[in-house]
Amino acid sequence: MLYNEPSPLETRVLSRRFGKPNSASIDTYLADDGYKAFLKASKMKPEEIIEEVKASNLRGRGGAGFPTGMKWSFVPRNSPKPKYIVVNADESEPGTCKDRLLMEYDPHQLIEGILIAGLSVDAHAGYIYVRGEYRYLIEILDKALAEAYQKGWLGKNIQGTGFDFELYTHTGAGAYECGEESALLESLEGKRGVPRIRPPFPAVVGAFQCPTILNNVETYCAVPAIIRDGGKAFADLGVPKAGGTKLTCLTGHINKPGVYELPLGFPVLKLIEEVGGGIRNGKKLKAFIPGGSSCPILTAAECEGATMDYDSMASRKSMLGSGGVVVMDEDTCMVKAALRIMRFYAHESCGWCIPCREGTAWLRKLLTRFHQGMGTRTDIDLIGDVSRNMLGRTFCPLGDAAALPTISIVEKFRQEFEDHLDGKPCPFEHARHMVTV
Amino acid sequence: MADPVKLTIDGREIHAAPGTLVIDAAKQNGIEVPAFCYYEGLTLQAACRMCLVEIEKTPKLQTACTVPVAEGMVVRTETPQVATARKYMLEFLLTNHPLDCPVCDKGGECELQDMTFRYGVGESRFTEEKVHTPEKQFSPVVFFDAPRCILCYRCVRVCDEGLGVKALGVINRGVVSEIAPNHGDHLECDECGACIDICPVGALTSGAYRYQTRPWEMTHVGTICTHCADGCKTTLGTRNDRILRGNNRDRSGVNGEFLCIKGRYGFDFYDHPERLQAPLLRVNGKLEEVSWAQALNAVAQKFNQTLADGGTFGVIGSNHTSNEENFYLQKFAREVLRTNHIDHHRTGDVVTLLDALSGKEGKLATVADLYERKAFLVLGADLALEHPLLSYQIRANYRHHQAHIYVVTPGAVREDHYSTVSLRGRDYASLRDKLKAESELVVLFDDSYKGDDVRKLVEFGESLGIPVKYIALVDYSNSRGAVDMGVAPELLPGYKPSGQPGMHYGEMRDANLGALWVVGANPLKNGAQRKAGFLVVQDMFLTETAQQADVVLPAASAYEKNGTVTNATGEVQRLKRGINTMGAKPDLEIMGFIAREMGAAAALGPWTPDAVFEQIRKNVRGYQVPLPVLMTGGAAQTMPVNGRIPVESRPDLVHSDHNGLFASGTLGRYSKVLNSVMESRLRR
Amino acid sequence: MTLSPQLEAKFNKLLESYPPGRQRSAMIPMLLYGQDEIGSVTDDLIEEVAGRIGVTALQVNEVLSYYSMLHRKPMGKYHIQVCTNISCLLHDGDKLYEHACKKLGIGHKEATADGQFSLEEVECMGACSWAPAIQVNYDFHHFVTPEQLDRLLDGLKKNAV
Ligand SMILES: Cc1cc2nc3c(=O)[nH]c(=O)nc-3n(C[C@H](O)[C@H](O)[C@H](O)COP(=O)(O)O)c2cc1C
Ligand code: SF4
Ligand code: SF4
Ligand code: SF4
Ligand code: SF4
Ligand code: FES
Ligand code: FES
Repeated sequence: MLYNEPSPLETRVLSRRFGKPNSASIDTYLADDGYKAFLKASKMKPEEIIEEVKASNLRGRGGAGFPTGMKWSFVPRNSPKPKYIVVNADESEPGTCKDRLLMEYDPHQLIEGILIAGLSVDAHAGYIYVRGEYRYLIEILDKALAEAYQKGWLGKNIQGTGFDFELYTHTGAGAYECGEESALLESLEGKRGVPRIRPPFPAVVGAFQCPTILNNVETYCAVPAIIRDGGKAFADLGVPKAGGTKLTCLTGHINKPGVYELPLGFPVLKLIEEVGGGIRNGKKLKAFIPGGSSCPILTAAECEGATMDYDSMASRKSMLGSGGVVVMDEDTCMVKAALRIMRFYAHESCGWCIPCREGTAWLRKLLTRFHQGMGTRTDIDLIGDVSRNMLGRTFCPLGDAAALPTISIVEKFRQEFEDHLDGKPCPFEHARHMVTV
Repeated sequence: MADPVKLTIDGREIHAAPGTLVIDAAKQNGIEVPAFCYYEGLTLQAACRMCLVEIEKTPKLQTACTVPVAEGMVVRTETPQVATARKYMLEFLLTNHPLDCPVCDKGGECELQDMTFRYGVGESRFTEEKVHTPEKQFSPVVFFDAPRCILCYRCVRVCDEGLGVKALGVINRGVVSEIAPNHGDHLECDECGACIDICPVGALTSGAYRYQTRPWEMTHVGTICTHCADGCKTTLGTRNDRILRGNNRDRSGVNGEFLCIKGRYGFDFYDHPERLQAPLLRVNGKLEEVSWAQALNAVAQKFNQTLADGGTFGVIGSNHTSNEENFYLQKFAREVLRTNHIDHHRTGDVVTLLDALSGKEGKLATVADLYERKAFLVLGADLALEHPLLSYQIRANYRHHQAHIYVVTPGAVREDHYSTVSLRGRDYASLRDKLKAESELVVLFDDSYKGDDVRKLVEFGESLGIPVKYIALVDYSNSRGAVDMGVAPELLPGYKPSGQPGMHYGEMRDANLGALWVVGANPLKNGAQRKAGFLVVQDMFLTETAQQADVVLPAASAYEKNGTVTNATGEVQRLKRGINTMGAKPDLEIMGFIAREMGAAAALGPWTPDAVFEQIRKNVRGYQVPLPVLMTGGAAQTMPVNGRIPVESRPDLVHSDHNGLFASGTLGRYSKVLNSVMESRLRR
Repeated sequence: MTLSPQLEAKFNKLLESYPPGRQRSAMIPMLLYGQDEIGSVTDDLIEEVAGRIGVTALQVNEVLSYYSMLHRKPMGKYHIQVCTNISCLLHDGDKLYEHACKKLGIGHKEATADGQFSLEEVECMGACSWAPAIQVNYDFHHFVTPEQLDRLLDGLKKNAV
């Protein structure tokens, strides 16, 4: 069973087994050429594996888009310390629900990606850090791990290659910030999810103070295909500077919400109209978040000609992000949207650094008051100012993630803020009321 | 040493050692970068974001507290961008800050106030409701007001890293994050107050000091803590002859800013209601208050009469009176009272150690050595409880330089957490191979090593083939000074044999002496009955001994007099009077007056501390310490003898009280603070 | 504290899952699995976990109070978590939450008197394309309408009886 009908416009590489009967079982995986990429990689030199990943133009799918091959090459392979592979399965960026499917439908693809990463840096142990809410996925993963151990695809001397690898799942317990790589490592070590000072980066000092590769689930899941078909083939699926496909989560006011695997560079309007079947109830597009609530929001006009890739989004001062697309129709109250987004960041701020801790709390209160019709004209500028005072000055990117969408909403939808002034009720009747926690 | 790195800060070319943080490099060159969370010696946080500076070729502002200097780096600390960042960082900080400065203990010396004055915005644009939580009492000593807390985590770090206690933590997340104590609603810890001291704002305040005064109304006097033998410098904040607080924020003295509960709060015994404020004379079997003249006259007459009758005198001195008092007292005993029956309670076998080290130089470790040397052997003592400063130094050394610590103690000790080897028992000899592999060593031993044990220990140390230094651990603020000054029947000042050793402490207590003169000691504390025909006691309180006296003379505490004391590591430091207490007089003055009344003053010379110290300098080897060092509050180490000490060794007389963190002999019994904290009931 | 055999086995397995000397890593999983069985993070559980991994109760408290899924107060047998974050909000997740409040007569992080239900307004739970979404304990429910929620809760109530 699938959560949504596939779209004919998809290029299903990572998701090709989604919806197949027993897709999560190792037998299904093996029958579909599963683990062949690992066997191929086990005969390659580590540098060759990394070169192949570099050639694929794969960029991290967790949100920051850092080139994956380059990241792997930073690991000091000759370090006497053990090395670790850590999987970021904390998937908490609002609007994002794709890693969930990769783990639910095809856990062995992930395991194979992890093994290949292990080969590339001589790591022999790995941890899959899964957000606590995804308990059913931990059960699926644990079952897959057991199968892999049983059939000799994990453990000692895997398939006679001489390569050993131990893999574990690890549950989080509710904290968005633990998706941030260094906070994740702290959490993995049984601590508060507070980020670490960098440098050193995890590639050098990561899990348990040892060199570590840390990537998003989708990033690892792309690796078997890259090794199997070659980096170039994967790169060619996308646009010049960003190879491959991206799982895109269509959410919000859209007729056919769902997770779709699309080549990088896919046009935004085509995504909305053709993949998503257009805006719900025949309404008009008002705003578009390309990849999770941390990205600056785009207006309908800015979506013209935009494509789903890093450069196109950067040229519009936004980001491709995590793949969590949020579509908002003309009846959406942008003040309420800004408020809800800020409430999230205030709730999730780890509290370590002043500007994020105090800034998000301030903005949450200010926006709440504003949405209730008790705002003043100076508040509008203040919302932007306070956000800008956080921007670039926080300890980790969560502060920016809170500031950027807010700044973009105030700048691009200022009129809606003006419409809330002077005790006027929220112009969108359905959005007037807002629970406050 | 690696070549210095060349960089530019605010247009000035400067040099700094590789690895130096930009914030320190700037400071060394007189450029101040504001900081809350950065604290020298503690781990880096990068949390407060106050230290953001521009570094050329990096797009975002960088935290000067985490970035090390690099060749050719160009740093700017005063650009409009930096100024804006600072200004608004303070605005953020103040959003949930109560701004109750007029009633805050920290007002006037608050880092947040200072920063806001220098870098802040005029007015806040924050008009929302502030987060409010009521003030909490973590312990009788530590109070916490969460809204004032700026979450710089200094308190958490100093308790964990500095003290090794880990009693404070952070709970919750985001804007409701809060500092929390280790036992739910209260603290069980060393109660040292370091967390309060290091707090840049008034979030942590002291039970002893809160609401007592405004900081600018106090006078500050640097003197030495009178409790254990570690010799911490403490700066007393006084007003109207009252001590309101003790701290050492200027990091002067051997202890830097360290103080344990006794140094920081335990001064309060001076103000105990039972403090003696008038001399007492036994009239018709009862002690009655009399004038100083009457009391001194009674003592002088009796002493002269005893002398004339050919009676015997015994003199028991103290291990917390000053060197001057000890020197004058032994001189008084020997030259006026013509007796060698003089002793004090010996708490460590310093004599055997010095004898065993005869002929060697540079063998006594200093407090600084504990932070600098590479390896340590701790024998017997539970350092963290009995020698808080020494333990702190070794811990800091371990954190900063990964010193190796070998522990051989009867029970578990705090040092076990970071020791290379911890053994239970006494078998230090089994560590020989490991110790030989060290490049140097400091050995610390307590009173469970005395006499031949000490000789064997020194033999062992000297056979390792590496430089070894020693510390004979002693109790109380001037145990070491008491032996150095010859308050011992067999020894004159400077460890010269007295020729005819007199009675020792216990013998005097039990002998039928004509007169026994007790200065700052409590020989009858265990219910013994006085035997002497006449008993004079100088003390601050009516101790068990004083209760049996014929004359009790109220003595000043260390905080009420001038002089010098010598700590466990042989470092001489200066006591400076902080306050005067009505009725009490310094022991030296009391002795001087007795001498004058007896008509014997001329023989003893002037009884001012400076004059007596001059005599000490002439008579005691090693005490020729440079006066300017002492006068400016410094410490100078002495090696009071270098040669055999041809006297009978009396290890049987050595006995430490093993006062823990919350005890300090008589003084501890009269300290409200020490008795108020629950730990004093839980631990020794 | 005595643990059920399953939890005991789980704890032991966790303690073996991390490199030597890194047993503290097991803290968060132990607390969460412990809570699943006991209903909340109790003082006993804190002591137990602290003891097994060699940290102080304060260290456990620092950590547990950080994570939003760990609760010191007992939650209901059925913990209803309604997402109101942006993608769910666009599908009236907030109204769904209010509906749940009314239906159960309780508010955020509260439990019904009989201990059967508790309610929490939660952040994005990774079901955004199938909004509005809720979780009952660890089970996801997608595209939830107020009517469906009523049916679901009524069904659970019946189960309880
Ligand atoms: C606040 C915050 C939350 C994040 N959450 C996630 C997450 O849930 N999943 C994820 O893969 N990456 C997340 N990231 C990005 C990670 O820090 C990191 O860049 C990523 O896991 C690296 O993997 P990749 O290169 O494969 O994307 C987050 C970053 C920040 C700053
Ligand atoms: S920006 Fe600061 S407070 Fe916010 S999550 Fe990152 S470290 Fe924590
Ligand atoms: S008083 Fe000392 S031991 Fe106690 S919490 Fe503060 S720093 Fe730690
Ligand atoms: S209590 Fe003081 S020292 Fe501790 S974090 Fe708060 S402001 Fe800093
Ligand atoms: S360590 Fe000793 S000298 Fe220092 S403050 Fe404590 S009692 Fe006083
Ligand atoms: S001093 Fe640098 S961030 Fe606090
Ligand atoms: S926004 Fe509700 S599950 Fe993501």
